[in-house]
Amino acid sequence: MHVATHPVGDTQGKANPQALRDPVWVRWGLTGIAILFIVLFLCVPLGLVLFQALVKGWQAYFNALVQPDAVAALKLTLLVAVVTVPLNTVFGVAAAWAITRFEFRGKSLLTTLIDLPFSVSPVISGLIFVLMFGAQGWFGSWLSANNIKIIFAAPGIILATLFITFPFVARELIPLMQEMGCEEEEAALSLGASGWETFFKITLPNIKWALLYGVLLCNARAMGEFGAVSVVSGHIRGLTNTLPLHVEVSYNDYDAVGAFASASILAGLAVVTLVLKSLLEWKQSRERLAY
Amino acid sequence: MSIILSDINKNFGKFAALHHVNLEIPEGELVALLGPSGCGKTTLLRIIAGLETPDQGRVVVNGEDMTDRHVSRRGIGFVFQHYALFRHMTVFDNIAFGLRVKPRNERPSEADIAKKVHALLELVQLDWLAERFPDQLSGGQRQRIALARALAVEPCVLLLDEPFGALDASVRKDLRHWLRNLHQELHVTSIFVTHDQEEAMEVASQVVVFNQGQIEQQGAPAEIYENPANAFVSKFIGQTNVLHLEHNDVDWLKSAGITLDEPKGIVAHVRPHNINIQKAEENTGSPITLKDWQHLGSIIRIELFNPQLNGSGSTLFAEMPNERFKQLQLNRGDRVSVHIAHAHWFN
Repeated sequence: MHVATHPVGDTQGKANPQALRDPVWVRWGLTGIAILFIVLFLCVPLGLVLFQALVKGWQAYFNALVQPDAVAALKLTLLVAVVTVPLNTVFGVAAAWAITRFEFRGKSLLTTLIDLPFSVSPVISGLIFVLMFGAQGWFGSWLSANNIKIIFAAPGIILATLFITFPFVARELIPLMQEMGCEEEEAALSLGASGWETFFKITLPNIKWALLYGVLLCNARAMGEFGAVSVVSGHIRGLTNTLPLHVEVSYNDYDAVGAFASASILAGLAVVTLVLKSLLEWKQSRERLAY
Repeated sequence: MSIILSDINKNFGKFAALHHVNLEIPEGELVALLGPSGCGKTTLLRIIAGLETPDQGRVVVNGEDMTDRHVSRRGIGFVFQHYALFRHMTVFDNIAFGLRVKPRNERPSEADIAKKVHALLELVQLDWLAERFPDQLSGGQRQRIALARALAVEPCVLLLDEPFGALDASVRKDLRHWLRNLHQELHVTSIFVTHDQEEAMEVASQVVVFNQGQIEQQGAPAEIYENPANAFVSKFIGQTNVLHLEHNDVDWLKSAGITLDEPKGIVAHVRPHNINIQKAEENTGSPITLKDWQHLGSIIRIELFNPQLNGSGSTLFAEMPNERFKQLQLNRGDRVSVHIAHAHWFN
């Protein structure tokens, strides 16, 4: 408690005393199995995607990507991400704040509900919206009377993605905010800060890495979601296909290069997400060591 | 700023944390809220701060009813047991925080803020730490910074929640002394919560003893020690021997080797330093033996065993100054006779 922060890695080497170390063969065996798993189920498929995308050369790859349907799919995916990620960030922060800072009836119910999208099959998640807003749905007649399209249009895709990606930010923040406690915020209030000032000056800086981590996961899922979006989209080429759906449609049309080219973009997104994720984890562990 | 709490009640579910608490704290005092864990003292402190609201009752500070006012508008300073320093800000920014969040028309310029912060850092003798972060400070340093931060907004009342609970024993002793001096310099009405009765007696000018959501006694340390209002206070403050007497009878006590000034009840609370010990004369046949003794520096604590008291016999603790013990030349197993100079009687 008396000394300045240690650089990362200082304590790692000393963390495992001789008595608790497994024998060499156990350590290498387990590590080996993990590496084998990663290579078989991650590296090989990713490599294959890239290989198949480029099997007919760079020009074919490029043409596949600038095709109007592909471009439209990419634009729709980006639109969905740009709308759902900020909204779910706000919802997530609000939910985490309510759960960790207030006492109210139904609190445990809310906490359970937040996890609901994880436990429900993505297809069912999509179906919910079809049953509510589809032509035979609860609001179906009202919507068609007012010429509002939700199912088989972008709004439906956005709603389904909002539902699916809702838990990510909240689940990252809730344990962190519970562990941090509310003393710093109470101190800020006692010094005369308003609720909003306390949030922006005290809470937000303390949760920023976890928040970014949650946003990153939310984004990755928003861009890559297939099941729920597939149910609500209607697969109308050039209009309601997101990038993952476009991959499926192209593949079913025997356009292998097109499919793998679009898939390579998603694979690239996965790699970028992993890199950023590692960076954020590293940042978070540095902060934790410092306390 | 005097504080008046009238008829405060607070329940957490079915648990009554505070029960009809009435308390008046005069201006400029350094008051200790003392009691065992779970007695409601921290709850009361938080109610004064505005971090909790009472189910019933009013909080009046300097004539103004603060009960419904938000914590940020009460003009109080709060110091937490675990410091609650803002971990992402430097020490300077921590202390400046209260000044920087003032409404525009009241906010001092950055130059004035800097002057004020440095003045406070000098007050707590930590000016050299201004650019450090809280995780680079020791516990004692953090608590002094937390205090400086609370003082920055010139609060009318300073509230401290077990401020030294998380610190080492020697740091605790230093800071107790330091807090008392600081209070004498600044004269801000201060209230601190503690479960350590030594700390309360040493630091505070007024002690309020709590038990199970109610106030047992309020008074200066000397008053509380010399004249405890009931058995709880007597046992909680300082050391006490509790004697349950079977007969209200001086003679009986005499045969038990205890001489006692006029008994006034059936339960006697006797402070160890009020028990005077002499080596027993050969013919008195006193049954009390010196079982063990511990050297506590300037005082020797002596364990006496009386096989006749309370049925199967009981242990009495006596204290005497180091020097006297050396004069008496007592050894373990010696027979002694005991004179009780003063007892508090409770039924």
